Amino acid sequence: MTTTAAMPASVKKPQNVQKEDAMLLQKELINRNYHEVATAHAEGKKISATFVPGNLNELLMCFDFARRLPETDALQNGMRKKSGRMIMDAERDGHSEDVCTYVKTDLGMMLQGETGPTGEPMPHPDILLLSYTGCFTFMKWFELVRQKYDCPTVMLHVPYQGEGKVNPGMRRYVVDQLKSKVIPALEKVSGVKFDIDRLREYMKESVKAEEDLVRVLQTAKHRPSPIDGYFGAVYYIGPIFTAFRGVPEATKYYAMLRGEVEARMREGKGPVTPEGDLAEEKYRLVVEGPPNWTSFRDFWKMFYDEGAVIVASTYAKVGGVYDFGFRHDPEHPLESLADYCLGCYTNLNLPQRIDMICKYMDEYQADGLLINSIKSCNSFSAGQLLILREVEKRTGKPAAFIESDLVDPRYFSGANIKNRLESYFQMIKQKRSAAVH
Amino acid sequence: MSVQDIVARCQALFEDLDFNAVKQWKAAQPGRKSIGYMPIYVPREIVHAAGMLPVGIFGGGDQLEVIQGDAYYQSYICRIPRSTVELGLTGRLDCLDGMLFPSICDVIRNLSGMWQIMFKDKYVKYFDLPQNYDDATGGSFYVHEMQALRDDLEKLGGKKISDEDLKASIRVYNDNRKAVRELYAYRAQKPWQAPTSEVYLVLRAGCVLPPEEHTVLIRQYLNETEKQKRPQRDNARVILTGSFCEQPPLGLIKSIEMAGCYVVDDDFQLIQSWLLDDVPLEGDPLQELSKAFLHRSAQTASKYDDRKEDKGKHLLHQVKTRGAEGVIFAAASFCDPALLERPMLQEILARHKIPYTAFKFAENTGQMAPIREQAGTFADSIKLWSAA
Repeated sequence: MTTTAAMPASVKKPQNVQKEDAMLLQKELINRNYHEVATAHAEGKKISATFVPGNLNELLMCFDFARRLPETDALQNGMRKKSGRMIMDAERDGHSEDVCTYVKTDLGMMLQGETGPTGEPMPHPDILLLSYTGCFTFMKWFELVRQKYDCPTVMLHVPYQGEGKVNPGMRRYVVDQLKSKVIPALEKVSGVKFDIDRLREYMKESVKAEEDLVRVLQTAKHRPSPIDGYFGAVYYIGPIFTAFRGVPEATKYYAMLRGEVEARMREGKGPVTPEGDLAEEKYRLVVEGPPNWTSFRDFWKMFYDEGAVIVASTYAKVGGVYDFGFRHDPEHPLESLADYCLGCYTNLNLPQRIDMICKYMDEYQADGLLINSIKSCNSFSAGQLLILREVEKRTGKPAAFIESDLVDPRYFSGANIKNRLESYFQMIKQKRSAAVH
Repeated sequence: MSVQDIVARCQALFEDLDFNAVKQWKAAQPGRKSIGYMPIYVPREIVHAAGMLPVGIFGGGDQLEVIQGDAYYQSYICRIPRSTVELGLTGRLDCLDGMLFPSICDVIRNLSGMWQIMFKDKYVKYFDLPQNYDDATGGSFYVHEMQALRDDLEKLGGKKISDEDLKASIRVYNDNRKAVRELYAYRAQKPWQAPTSEVYLVLRAGCVLPPEEHTVLIRQYLNETEKQKRPQRDNARVILTGSFCEQPPLGLIKSIEMAGCYVVDDDFQLIQSWLLDDVPLEGDPLQELSKAFLHRSAQTASKYDDRKEDKGKHLLHQVKTRGAEGVIFAAASFCDPALLERPMLQEILARHKIPYTAFKFAENTGQMAPIREQAGTFADSIKLWSAA
């Protein structure tokens, strides 16, 4: 398909924003996917919709679906400052002000005439793959979409790691659902017979990209860090956590990214930010929680202005956790899909999340932990104040807490956040001088 | 015991945030253990079969001042986890030897991990419930989960739980659920004889009493209340839905009734009526509990509806069988399951021309005037429209 020619002109490097070449390629990939979705029905293709955490992209590709990810749609609308009105439209349509703003942005987008973030049409999905992984709201979200648009829906229930481990019963349950429900439903809607060897081939491709992504994220252990493991990493994870894991272009993207980042590391350079290269790394932080999308650049700038680099973040693991060894396994494809879903960050219990953050604090030599608590997201947010206490207790490093939202501009108070960050950096500085004396 | 005595006893149990009833039960026989559970559903039969007392923990209500609990939660998270943490940190739950956190939402799910960290000496289990309703798939997983709970409780209690123990407990709970169904049916038939503010307390007593004693209590209440004739009013018959986890204060239930509504069905303590009929005593007990859950249990917001056409079926059934004239959606603030479910149910009610109204509450809501006004207006509109 000649999608590149039809691409919107947004891949041009804007004059006032610094971006790595890999970031531009990433943007091109994401935009291309929107175009594929927009033209899918005209091209005789079916459209699937599914969620980011533990998504089954390789499996969906086995059935030739154009692939929509409603969370990504919502965040793209947030970054383009379109989500505020969508949320208010959904609230006027009867949705509570208390619930997830990703959901309301998605429903609001539909109410506004079903145009996607890039301005192209956003057709109805032909199937909703309800991968119920790490977030309760997913279940209601697709029930709401189903009720409105009558899309066939298939549930994949992924049990929670309540005891901090995956037991054989949990894995078997996920695999059984894949075999008995998910695959037959995808075959029925797509009209394509499932071929497990095709799945294996995609997975072989996934492994290469996963390996390179891990290497990229781990360059932040170096001083100075050549990347920002939160603001920058959300670009890096874009392809692998959405419609591109298993696609050769994604593999190329990650190889290119790794090359760029490792070169920066060798040259002793800091991260590329929209304001330019970060010249001096003053603070190294670990961040827990998703970012705010509506004021993403302003938010990032607050850190840039202070010389703060995020060396590791839990959000960069929201789609799947690779840095402790997991890779898709073409030899055991269905079991591997199950493990991927079961292991995604928000499917881990609180003690596991705390262990992971403490490990990051240690391995990435962080000065402290910052929690960006998101109003919309109880899966991340409930329990974060205990996480803060525990991490402080275990590492002896200072932690700070700010609050915002994913895509609701009403819940981003720049001045408050800036104040808190400034006080936090002061505190780190004082701790450092106390340690010296 | 008169009906007033029964209600007074239930109210005392309800207000006792030190769980003295549980302490007394434990003290009556050395070595006894009790296991707390949070909403919505756990198979209490397994706890009972282990010789332990299942104890329902529904937050701290409006009588508990939450001080420490608030330090663990942001302002945009519901109140039940913070008051539950308060109960724990103030030692009020020391009488429990363990806690079960069933899958209901992300907040309660994450609370299970918090509990593991904060109360290291206690048994804590996140109890997953299947969202796949095939016996071979969701059923196998659920049986596996129940078996894990059984194994854990065997270790904790130091005694094997035989199939016969489980069947005996299933029999006890079948009888309890039968009594609950009788109570609900009676209230729907004569709501002036069994006001919901009383029915609520009678049911709530089941959170702390052994099931055998609770069953007797329900039946005593039914007998006694029938003896005492109370005035019948021209109230609107309503279903109250959405309060399946965090509970509204008792004053709110009373306000709704005083505003001219007879609550003829609700989902307050859904665990007590979750399984819709008896669990068979023949066959493998865990398999039978699983089948009852998968195929014959109540529909609620935290449970996936496999088919679009199933959405709202249970609520419509409640409206029809209870002879309700309208529905009140009463959800706790920031309750994801109830608030995300609500627009779907409202659309279905609108399609069936069933009137509804909606408000939010917190377990410590103090201002009842707005709710009373809203419920009163709703009751009036039902009466006006039905008269037209």
